[in-house]
Amino acid sequence: MATPRIIVVGGGLAGLAAVIKIAEAGGSVDLFSIVPVKRSHSVCAQGGINAAKNLKGEGDTTWQHFDDTIYGGDFLANQTPVKAMCEAAPAIIDLLDRMGVPFNRTPEGLLDFRRFGGTLYNRTAFAGATTGQQLLYALDEQVRRYEAEGKVKKYEGWEFLSAIIDSKGVARGITALDLRSMELRAFAADAIILATGGIGAIFGKSTNSVVCTGSAQSAVFQQGVYYANGEFIQVHPTSIPGEDKLRLMSESARGEGGRVWVPRKAGDNRPAKQIPESERFYFLEEWYPKYGNLVPRDVATRAIHKVVYELGLGLDGQAMVYLDLTHIDRETLDRKLGGILEIYEKFVGVDPHVEPMKIFPGMHYTMGGLWVDFDQMTSVPGIFAAGECEYQYHGANRLGANSLVSCIFGGFHAGPNAMQYAKSLPAVEGDGGAAAELARQAEINKKLMNNEGSENPFRLWRELGQTMTEHATVIRQNKGLEKADAKIVELLDRFKRVNLSDKSQWANTSFAFARQLKNMLELSRTITQGAILRDESRGAHYKPDYPERNDEKFLKTTKASFTGTCEGPRFEYEDVDTQYITPRARRYDAAK
Amino acid sequence: MANRTVQFEIKRQASPDGPAVWERFELEWRPGMNVISAMMEIAANPVTADGRPTTPITYDSNCLEEICGSCAMRINGKARMACSSLVDNLEQPIRLEPLSKFPLVRDLQVDRSVLFKNLMRVKAWVPVDGTYDLGSGPRVYPQQQEVNYPLSNCISCTCCMEVCPQFNEQTGFVGAATIAQVRLFNNHPTGKVLKEDRLRALAGDGGIQECGYAQNCVKACPKQIPLTNAIADVGRDVIGQKVKDWLRG
Repeated sequence: MATPRIIVVGGGLAGLAAVIKIAEAGGSVDLFSIVPVKRSHSVCAQGGINAAKNLKGEGDTTWQHFDDTIYGGDFLANQTPVKAMCEAAPAIIDLLDRMGVPFNRTPEGLLDFRRFGGTLYNRTAFAGATTGQQLLYALDEQVRRYEAEGKVKKYEGWEFLSAIIDSKGVARGITALDLRSMELRAFAADAIILATGGIGAIFGKSTNSVVCTGSAQSAVFQQGVYYANGEFIQVHPTSIPGEDKLRLMSESARGEGGRVWVPRKAGDNRPAKQIPESERFYFLEEWYPKYGNLVPRDVATRAIHKVVYELGLGLDGQAMVYLDLTHIDRETLDRKLGGILEIYEKFVGVDPHVEPMKIFPGMHYTMGGLWVDFDQMTSVPGIFAAGECEYQYHGANRLGANSLVSCIFGGFHAGPNAMQYAKSLPAVEGDGGAAAELARQAEINKKLMNNEGSENPFRLWRELGQTMTEHATVIRQNKGLEKADAKIVELLDRFKRVNLSDKSQWANTSFAFARQLKNMLELSRTITQGAILRDESRGAHYKPDYPERNDEKFLKTTKASFTGTCEGPRFEYEDVDTQYITPRARRYDAAK
Repeated sequence: MANRTVQFEIKRQASPDGPAVWERFELEWRPGMNVISAMMEIAANPVTADGRPTTPITYDSNCLEEICGSCAMRINGKARMACSSLVDNLEQPIRLEPLSKFPLVRDLQVDRSVLFKNLMRVKAWVPVDGTYDLGSGPRVYPQQQEVNYPLSNCISCTCCMEVCPQFNEQTGFVGAATIAQVRLFNNHPTGKVLKEDRLRALAGDGGIQECGYAQNCVKACPKQIPLTNAIADVGRDVIGQKVKDWLRG
């Protein structure tokens, strides 16, 4: 039979990992990305990548990594795929090392490892504080090599709009928009892999990149793909608040010894250096003596929230706490954390070697995403998903440095599975629905371009971000969530009156953004409503009215499907695979 | 007291062959404001300083943390990243223009794909045998890692190419970023098997001999990559390769 033709959407770690596997197996790949793939959001990952290689004589094992991940995710993740990921991780690190990633080294020339949150082992390999950038570049280089051999064709500057689905419900390709010429086109494929990353833009400001809107996920969700565990949103404890975004301050800062504190006395506005040890409140170390500053992210985030809003101890009365590295010598800091300290100094104008950084939690990651089976295929045959855009590896809370490994593992898994699937796919009948889908998209575009009204999409977006950040992040109350959901309905209505200030047919960013915004609005209801329905607290999902985890009722995957009605998505629940580790209480004030 | 404001002058051009015009904007000042947040503000309220409705600015951006390399442009005449350009550190009116050495797409957006083509031309990759489990990588001592890591920090922003007097259509010069990547891959235990190919790719027209040692590149690099050192090292190797090839006939 002919060479399988696979479309990969997204050129971050997961997408590139899939491309490499397909090209290596002799498939032909069309790779679509909004930005040149080397500029994908994976570059923002800082601290490192987890693999239990046990190079520090601590007795670390892949089982320990598996247990930490499941425990850290509060038992919501299906255990079979997580176990497979943890077992594959050491070989993934070796491969990346062979590809030339400049990982930090021990004096003997071996890989160095550091500690990250939610574990007691030094399990995180790292390349300075720009590990994601270095990993992405390594995969980008391998893909460029396949591109030179003609096995990969890149469509950079194209945005995915929808899947083409035939009369039997099988995916046969995609429609995409050229962001320069604004040309709309259909592309045929035997299978498609979505590796379209996070959804940070739904929260307005987040640590995510500009392209992380979740628009592609939402588009296929609206075409019938299940969306799972949408309510689980990770708020990273340490970000730098900014006017345009929240910049991440890596967990590696704490992994290398960074300490989080506030002055014990409210209103103590002496410079940090003049506050003696005894008058500093190292609240993570006091509350969680075993893990200290390296408790998992949801735990650290809630602790900071409590210190600021309940105890009123925020710095200068503001929503900020110290992350202090000043006790560590400059040479060590530069060698291990150089990149991120430079970023802090550049954007804040203060040298973190000398003065403690001021940080606050910021929306960072979605544990939820497209529902996939253990072969990374969604509920629509022929549509696969890998990376942050799917839900599979992190349960109710992701551990630091597990995202890079899950992206690469997911991509490595999705690629060959898509090939396998494509090989046994019955031939397409007619055009497989391409003309009809193209016409549907052309109609949406025409309507949006000619729409009359007074709403500005960028302003609607700000309102969405504000309501989602207020009601659907660290602390969740059903009343607030209902308010947010109603606000989304209002915004969906106002979207009908969006008037683009730019009506041109060339590199029209308002047009592209407005299409993304519509998809953000549709997807955000899986978050608000999923959270309303889950009356318990688990991992990153915390409801003070339901402070306990409720396994009897909610040890279940949330599955949302699109209805197109104003009530919002339909929800159903699926049992979690817990065949290896029996769920137990999750606590970090003592060893587990 | 009137609110503090910030003045911008932005060069607009609706299409590659359209006319260029300057538009003025006056925005409310906010603490920590950078050039990107100013353009976001304009998108939400696209009106010029003299009250005329206009369109949101087209520009490249993604991470806003100076690591993706997207938002390079000329700010007050200097090639730099818009995300790390804090308004408080800039003289006003802040003048924004597109990079001048690359084909213009629209407004502040240009086409920099030439860099990725150059990286392909010099085979900027490690030729691994395959992605299956073939054991650990080669030993690399910390001293070697500390040479390679800064080179590997290149974000492909093309600022070094923009400021290079030799980077133009006449010379076809590949530019400093590509040469630094040759230095990086030739220094890798496995990457160096393609060393001769890479050096030959830099030996002809548009290759390393086009460098005029203006040293603008190293000053413009937002990541402080030792570009001139890399050029010197690779230049020496290219000459060595030429001699070797000549002797071999």
